[in-house]
Parts: sequence; C-alpha cells; structure tokens
Amino acid sequence: MILLKYDSRSVREPIIAKTAIETETLLNIIKASVGARQGEIIIEVEDAKADEVMEKLRAFGVEAVKIEGRIEKDDELCVHCGACISICPVEVFSVADDKKVVADSQKCIRCGVCVTVCPLSALSLPE
Amino acid sequence: MKTVKTVDEINQKIKEGSANVVTALEMKDVVAELGAEKAAEEVDVVTTGTFGAMCSSGVFFNFGHSDPPIKMQRVWLNDVEAYTGVAAVDAYLGVTQLSETRGMEYGGGHVIEDLVRGREVELRATAYGTDCYPRKEIVTEIGLEDVNQAVMVNPRNAYQRYRAATNSSDRVLRTYMGTLLPNFGNVTFAGVGELSPLNNDPEYRTIGVGTRIFLGGAKGYVIGEGTQHAPPFGTLMVKGNLKEMSAEWLRGATFPGYGTTLFVGIGIPIPILDAKIAEATGITDDKIETSIIDFGVPRRDRPVVKKVTYAELKSGKVEINGEEVRVSPLSSYYHSIKIAEELKKMIEKAEFFLSMPVERIPQKEVFKPLRHKEVKVVKSVMEKAIAIRETTSVQDASQIIITNNVNHLPVVDNEGVLIGIVTSWDIAKAVATGKTGSVSEIMTRKVITALPDEPIEVAARKMEQHSISALPVVDTKRHVIGLVTSEDLSKLLVG
Ligand code: SF4
Ligand code: SF4
Repeated sequence: MILLKYDSRSVREPIIAKTAIETETLLNIIKASVGARQGEIIIEVEDAKADEVMEKLRAFGVEAVKIEGRIEKDDELCVHCGACISICPVEVFSVADDKKVVADSQKCIRCGVCVTVCPLSALSLPE
Repeated sequence: MKTVKTVDEINQKIKEGSANVVTALEMKDVVAELGAEKAAEEVDVVTTGTFGAMCSSGVFFNFGHSDPPIKMQRVWLNDVEAYTGVAAVDAYLGVTQLSETRGMEYGGGHVIEDLVRGREVELRATAYGTDCYPRKEIVTEIGLEDVNQAVMVNPRNAYQRYRAATNSSDRVLRTYMGTLLPNFGNVTFAGVGELSPLNNDPEYRTIGVGTRIFLGGAKGYVIGEGTQHAPPFGTLMVKGNLKEMSAEWLRGATFPGYGTTLFVGIGIPIPILDAKIAEATGITDDKIETSIIDFGVPRRDRPVVKKVTYAELKSGKVEINGEEVRVSPLSSYYHSIKIAEELKKMIEKAEFFLSMPVERIPQKEVFKPLRHKEVKVVKSVMEKAIAIRETTSVQDASQIIITNNVNHLPVVDNEGVLIGIVTSWDIAKAVATGKTGSVSEIMTRKVITALPDEPIEVAARKMEQHSISALPVVDTKRHVIGLVTSEDLSKLLVG
C-alpha cells in the first residue's frame, strides 16, 4: 500500500488515473480524504509495481510513502467482546474455537474503522 | 415438584468436597443426555457467567476525614465527578460519568479499574464550609487501601436478554450498542444467552435478594431486582466489596461517540434443587428469543426489524431484507465462560457456598416509559412550503424569496415530489457569480427531510448535525407538505 499526500498544486490533476495509465498498473483506492487544499489517499498496487508507481507519482509532485503495517491487536487490552467483528469491511476479525476474538491481520486494508470502534482501545495501525 | 435436595445439603457436600459442580454449558449436555430428573440427582450446582458493558454500575466511597475536616460538597476522582448528595465524606462514582478534562476517553469506569489495579488517583473536593466542617478545598492522591469503604453497588446488571440493534438510516450511528453501520450494515447484540445467569433460572427461584454471587472476582450479593426489571428482560441490583475485586473482571471502556462504561464480570451459582430447575439450566440458545430493533429511528419505541434467537445471533450472520448481515456480540463470551469455570473451581475448593434468597424478586413487571408532556411533532410547527420547479429561473426564485420573505425553496417535480432545495444564500451566490440559468443548476439535490410525525427534537438534531437551518417536511412518498425551520423549533425547545 502507498500513502499519497498532495497539496493544492497537484490537486486538480487526475494524477491517479494518469499514473495508472502510464505505468499500466491497476490501482485500488483504499481510502481517500480530500480536503480543499490538500488530501491523503491510500492506494493498493501489486508489490512488483510499487516502486515504479511511486516514482511516477513523485514526478507529479505528490508525496508518496509505502505503508506496510497492518492492524495490531493488543491482547492485554482486548476483552474479546467482538465489537470489531461486524465493522471490518474485509472480515479480519473472527471468533476462534476457544471463543477468543482473533485478527487475521494479513487481510487488513488499513481502512481504520475498527480502531475507532474498539471500546478498550486495543486496536492500532502502525504508522 | 419433588425436592431432590436442599441448599443446606448442597453446602454440606461442598464442605466435604463431594459436590458435583458443572458450568451452564456443560449442563446442556448433561440434561440432553440424562433428562432433567436424572440430571437433578447427578448435579448439585450449575455455574453461570456474564461479562459485558454494564452502564448502570458504580461505587460508594467513604474517603475518611481530613484535618481540619471538610464536608465534601463536590468531589472529583481524576477529574471525574462523583455524586455527593449524601453524608459528608461519602460519594458515589458512576461508571458513565465523563472526565471533565479528557472527555469520553476516560470516565468513572476507568477510575474504578485504575483503583483496582492499585493505581493512585487524584481526589479533589470543594465545600461551602460549616462550623463543624470548616475546610473548603482539598486536593490529594489516594489509593484503594486509603479509603474506608469502596462498595460496588450496581443498580442494573446482568440483563437476562437484550434487544439486538441495527440501523436503517443512511449514516453511521454511535450508540450504547456500539457503532451501527448505515443501511443495515451490521447488527450488534449484548448478553450471552444460555450462559447468562437469569436465563438459567427464569422464574427467579434461586436468584433473589441475598443470593451470594461472583462479582468482579470477589464475593458479592444480589440486593434486589434491578432498575428496569421487566421479565423476561430481567435485571439484578448487586453489591460487592471493590477492595476484594480484580481488574481481570472489571474493565473501564469507551463506546466511541457514546460514552464510558465498565465491563463487569458476574457469575451466579444455581443450586439444582429439583428436576424443574435442572431442566431450566439445560436451556439452549435456540430457545432464547429477542428482537432486532432499528436504531435508525430515534424514538423510544424503535421498530422491530425481526425476531431472532441467540443461536442465530451467535452464528455471526443474520438475514435482513434478503441480505446477509454480519453480527457483532458486545459481551465477551470468552470471559463469560471463564467466569463460570472460575466460580466452579471456587465451589469445588469449598471457597464459595450457596445461599437461598431471603426474598424473591418479581416475576412480572412492566417497564413504563417516562411520564412527560405530550410529544410535540413536526406537523404541529411546520409552516407552508413555497415550492418551485427546477425550470424556475434564478431571477424568479430570487423574486419569490424576497416577496415571501423566506429563506428556503423546496424544488419539486410535476407530481410534487421533492427533488432539491435552494436557499437564499444559493441564490445570492448565483447572482453574484452571474449564473442566470434555472435553479436546477444551483440546487442541492441530496435534501435532508423531516416526517410530519417526527418529534421536534429529532428534527432539531438533524439540523444541528448537518449545519442547516430548515428541513422540507415530506410524506412517505416524498411529496412536500411543509417546511420546518430552526427558528420555528428554537421558539419551542428553548422556551
Ligand atoms: S473490539 Fe476491541 S476489545 Fe472487543 S474484541 Fe475487538 S479488539 Fe478486542
Ligand atoms: S483497519 Fe479496516 S481493514 Fe484493517 S482490520 Fe481494521 S477495519 Fe479491518
């Protein structure tokens, strides 16, 4: 996954589409928060293409950094209530045989919703 | 019904180490296998457990006297205020009270967990000063061992069952039932069904005033039916000594956007006195019914979306309107099982004895709504809406606004169905930027509306949330029948 930060200079350009076409890569937009003067977008690309895509984006004046961390659950804090289960769009959380709530972090797409939902603040996304 | 044994006989067996104790989960199999009669002879005690957010909980403290003494009129523990309308240095800290400096992130529930973990908290108190209590202010650090008493008294715990929640509206709702995603995006439910204490004794024969229980890791007691007790949605009022409790079974928590609470662990042992009680403790989730209600409708009587059993809820998926919806529990099944097992061990080691109630709690009770003045609905305050068509020119619209002295013009199609809205501000902007076409170019198409029978508080909250000052009132087919403005409402709500 790649985090893009851009400001008013590049905000008008259809940079994502241009990048996709010019690098012939499929880009999946995971999250976008677009403000009046600046914005942040998280995209997913296949690993082999990541460097090329980032180079292209930087050429458009966009700050691009790789993000690798997926959801982390602190088992000291977690009470296994399950509030996170139905919230996650990609079903990262489930109840194991021993009735503990477990996270299959590999599936996480860093949408961030679960972090704001957990009553024990047991979930975090590493920067 | 033939009594097989008495509580005294069971306690004797516990003392001798020969009592047969099983958890409610194990009991399902025993009853299924042996039948209730035989199970009643075999099993002496069934342990139950529940671990969930219990908002109606708190602790009575007696802080002891300072020198010179103070009649603590207001008290804060780590900036969370406790109730002091009792004697001089007594106070009650409720788990949902929020910190005055940290807001929802920290509240009464967290203070209680901190104290149980052995952490010190800041005690701050103010008073008006009297001849016997001259001091007017004090700030100090205290730990649990410093206070004279810390008695947990929870007015409403251990809900037998609870209504599950979903959300038909188009926005995310932050509720005491957790976060509810829009358009029936998820379902949440509380309670642990077949493991929950009251479901295993639905006639409240052995659970009543004086029943000894496991509360937060220590021995506690049922002191009566809880507030809002309405069988089969029964509740219990319980007490216990906080100084003996453990943070493993008391956890401060925050429901984001709603507030703070405390996860409380409760376990209740049920003496198997006869076959009827044995049968009751054999209850399974598929026999425990509740309903899913729609929090998208912000009224007291929220519509029931469908009836379900705890078995369906626990499966993790339910069907709503032909679609599979994912379900989140909110109580911890994992910790509930642990509590039932922990209690079983305590009884087996003769550390915990059973007690019969000295008084039974009501088996029937209705839960009355709050008596308050009639509910004012939008219909009674709305004004006439002046609707225009989307072909109306900006020029004409501005004339209409001026001659009628209004700020909002709903835009309708030829059947009177709402398709947009323009405000005097939209018009002013259009004129200023030289846009002279029709209003269809400048109108807002996603219109927030009100229904005629909606309480005015609901309409007011919509305006506040969306930072708007008026809502077109529409019928179920979205025909515009009026307009309600924040001015109309503020006259009523403030006055
Ligand atoms: S919501 Fe938080 S406490 Fe509950 S199961 Fe998920 S991670 Fe654990
Ligand atoms: S961040 Fe999003 S995708 Fe990752 S676990 Fe949380 S809810 Fe699921």
